[in-house]
Amino acid sequence: MSTILDAKIPSGAIGEKWTKFKSSVPLVNPANKRNIEVIVVGTGLAGASAAASLAELGYKVKAFCFQDSPRRAHSIAAQGGINAAKNYQNDGDSTYRLFYDTIKGGDYRAREANVHRLAEVSGSIIDQCVAQGVPFAREYGGLLSNRSFGGTQVQRTFYAAGQTGQQLLLGAYSALQRQVGLGNVTMMTRHEMMDVVMIDGKARGIIARDLISGKLERHFGHAVLLCTGGYGNVFYLSTNAMGSNVTAAWKAHRKGAFFANPCYTQIHPTCIPVSGDHQSKLTLMSESLRNDGRIWVPKKQNDNRPAVQIPEDERDYYLERRYPAFGNLVPRDIASRAAKERCDAGYGVGTSKMAVYLDYAEAILRYGKGEANKKGIQNASDEELQAMGKAVVKEKYGNLFDMYKQITGEDPYSVPMRIYPAVHYTMGGLWVDYNLMTTVPGLYALGEANFSDHGANRLGASALMQGLADGYFVLPYTIGAYLAGDIRTKAIPTDAPEFVEAEKAVQARIDQLMNIKGTKSVDYFHKKLGKIMWNECGMSRSEAGLKGAITEIQGLIKEFWSDVRIPGDADEFNPELEKAGRVADFLELGELMCIDALNRNESCGGHFREEFQTEDGEALRDDENYAYVAAWEFKEQSKFELHKEELVYENIKIAQRSYK
Amino acid sequence: MNLSLKVWRQKNANSEGKFQQYDVQGISEDMSFLEMFDVLNERLINEGESPVAFDHDCREGICGMCSMYINGEPHGPNKGVTTCQLHMRSFKSGDTITVEPWRAKAFPIVKDLAVNRSAFDRIIAAGGYVSVNTGNAQDANSLPIPKDNADDAFMAAACIGCGACVAACKNASAMLFTSAKISQLALLPQGQAERTMRAEKMVAQMDVEGFGACTNTGACEAECPKGISLENIARMNREYYGAVLSSK
Ligand SMILES: Cc1cc2nc3c(=O)[nH]c(=O)nc-3n(C[C@H](O)[C@H](O)[C@H](O)COP(=O)(O)OP(=O)(O)OC[C@H]3O[C@@H](n4cnc5c(N)ncnc54)[C@H](O)[C@@H]3O)c2cc1C
Ligand code: SF4
Ligand code: FES
Repeated sequence: MSTILDAKIPSGAIGEKWTKFKSSVPLVNPANKRNIEVIVVGTGLAGASAAASLAELGYKVKAFCFQDSPRRAHSIAAQGGINAAKNYQNDGDSTYRLFYDTIKGGDYRAREANVHRLAEVSGSIIDQCVAQGVPFAREYGGLLSNRSFGGTQVQRTFYAAGQTGQQLLLGAYSALQRQVGLGNVTMMTRHEMMDVVMIDGKARGIIARDLISGKLERHFGHAVLLCTGGYGNVFYLSTNAMGSNVTAAWKAHRKGAFFANPCYTQIHPTCIPVSGDHQSKLTLMSESLRNDGRIWVPKKQNDNRPAVQIPEDERDYYLERRYPAFGNLVPRDIASRAAKERCDAGYGVGTSKMAVYLDYAEAILRYGKGEANKKGIQNASDEELQAMGKAVVKEKYGNLFDMYKQITGEDPYSVPMRIYPAVHYTMGGLWVDYNLMTTVPGLYALGEANFSDHGANRLGASALMQGLADGYFVLPYTIGAYLAGDIRTKAIPTDAPEFVEAEKAVQARIDQLMNIKGTKSVDYFHKKLGKIMWNECGMSRSEAGLKGAITEIQGLIKEFWSDVRIPGDADEFNPELEKAGRVADFLELGELMCIDALNRNESCGGHFREEFQTEDGEALRDDENYAYVAAWEFKEQSKFELHKEELVYENIKIAQRSYK
Repeated sequence: MNLSLKVWRQKNANSEGKFQQYDVQGISEDMSFLEMFDVLNERLINEGESPVAFDHDCREGICGMCSMYINGEPHGPNKGVTTCQLHMRSFKSGDTITVEPWRAKAFPIVKDLAVNRSAFDRIIAAGGYVSVNTGNAQDANSLPIPKDNADDAFMAAACIGCGACVAACKNASAMLFTSAKISQLALLPQGQAERTMRAEKMVAQMDVEGFGACTNTGACEAECPKGISLENIARMNREYYGAVLSSK
């Protein structure tokens, strides 16, 4: 068992592993690189940075995305920021502290060696991005500005207003387009990867569908990189982009790549609440808002007064009350559960009562006073203070406030925002070793698609860091270990029987889907799956609930394959057919998530099992029995075998996570 | 609310298109414009008809994928929002709403309301970058940048590449889009080395793609959902003429 799951962690002290690895990893000489082809599926932060960096090194790269441009990957939507242990604020940050915070934040369920490497390269990411022209926020002295983010006590988050993901992705995209222009990357937009092609036990290419013509294509690569993002949309409603999906990862899983910790999902505490059945997605209000905003509910149950009429002493700032050391900045899993607890107990606000307040009144006043001081204005009136304070808040969070107003029709500068947790990120993903290779030789997973660095809970501003670390600074080195042994492999012609067979299988599945001609739309099934997942495999889970969910999902899979209706034809631009293929894979993944959640008889990070909690409702971990990565092998439909990667903590003492 | 929609239907790039009328009922004010289309499409699917194809992904105004021309305006009547951020409270029951795709020679129609905007990617590939390989960078704080410059560069960098500027322009010019990238990099010290070359190459590519000339109508700025300013075009012209003069 453990022979398969060799994480290939280099020996040596934690701080020396990566340096040692880099200086001893086999290299591919430039002449050979020109003959090696690498397929990169996905052009978000992970994919765009990897494709650009590999092309700069001299590899021949083919990149794929399903949007009409690589610049539109879901990464574009990230708002709040990106972490790096630069210690520019001189507040005691260091590689070790970022490493420690990430392991602790992940509730001691991440692999030490990977996380330390992530912290080590974090600074170079900022350097690289600034060199590309990414316009990070700056102070008047011209130096970079930082903010703090949930789960940490230092200011290490770099940001570009509320559009950090956009600016980072446009940076990576420009590097990618530069290589496209130079002829080193062939970019295939509006293409969806439908399967991995395996030859002699190695990943050697993919079958892709041209989404405009519907034609299937075969593409060879010496190695295949999946940078295809997370699977939060298994819940139907999430903050992910509409197209985010698990298909590429799931196809890889079915071809032998183990899927790790599928049940670890992150429910983000600050999102705009659901407003009705028509809702197609949820919108995140960046976590950075918790820096200045205070979260509260009325002390009285079912209090229907407008927020401003509820006096100070009748408000329950429950995070500050329960977690005085971190207050509103506790990690996401804790903040989300605390909101659910208050709402379930009848203290929720708004018409649905499934919301809490995020209040800026105090911050506005505080900033107003700060401005008055700076400008030397004495006895400023309340109105003047308000105006000055609002201006500061606008500068910091303006676009988020605007977004809130567009969606809800309410003005957050004058009334507190209503927020509620929503599915946001998936820590689980394809199992990878230290080299980011899956259990399939030659098949790699980067970014949110892998399981690697965040354990059972991700800290804010760490996904962007991980995606870019993987793509710019990790994979371009680690892939050498594999490709150096592959320099004699000539490009395999795509009329090889394995390609032909793989394409046939994909075609057969498309035909099967088109021929069902049932009575229900794809969305009908997606919404149904989403409800099951949210209720039973969401913020809290129980044995009975999970067992019921598994049976329900199995029923839904049968119903889907006998009653889904896909209009139009397969040989045209057909968004319903695209969705159908993705939902079919989500259904199978949903089942595995429940199986994984059922297996994990403990609570840790984003995984909260009702049976395992302390007296005051905190998560109860079981390090004795569950300090492992659960990596699932696909056997056949609904049958998965569990493999374990034991987590060994040599540098950080495993402890009860406390933010009190 | 109940609405009447006139929607452009076109099977693919090579076929002819036409407007088709659909009546939709029971639309809530809290729905986004795209959610209203979801309702219509769900109905069309149930009736065995082909749903309306349109591009979208983030549904929060940042990916630049959505692209509907609504009642003669790209992204509809409201300022500073994309189609996906437009909510039905901006319309009244009984309204007739006409919806078309972006129309420009450089943006061929894929199907119904979806178009191909790869021309923008090629403009960026021609020079919209700083040539810095991974690992070549110096420490980020070794290069202080005055906050005002950084802020201006950020404003220009806010472009989402949606193409509304092209759709709004009677000449289908891509000046606003191209100038936003040129400005961003011209405002930053990192962009200086390739400054002249960048402007020349990107402008040349814009012409190759078949975008029209700019006649300063300002329609692009008025319709841009991200407030990209005409000043960028002025700055680009300075960059470009500077480039042309210096290379002569
Ligand atoms: C609203 C929001 C805000 C966030 N804010 C932050 C933040 O402030 N800080 C932070 O650190 N993290 C944040 N995150 C998380 C972070 O944005 C993501 O985890 C990260 O961007 C994922 O990047 P990626 O490169 O792994 O994947 P993605 O950006 O999701 O890219 C996936 C790519 O794969 C392609 N693809 C997928 N499937 C296929 C297929 N079958 N065939 C072909 N192509 C395919 C897509 O076209 C796309 O190019 C946020 C997330 C959300 C939802
Ligand atoms: S300049 Fe404005 S309208 Fe044009 S592509 Fe950019 S964001 Fe869209
Ligand atoms: S769908 Fe992304 S901007 Fe509208």
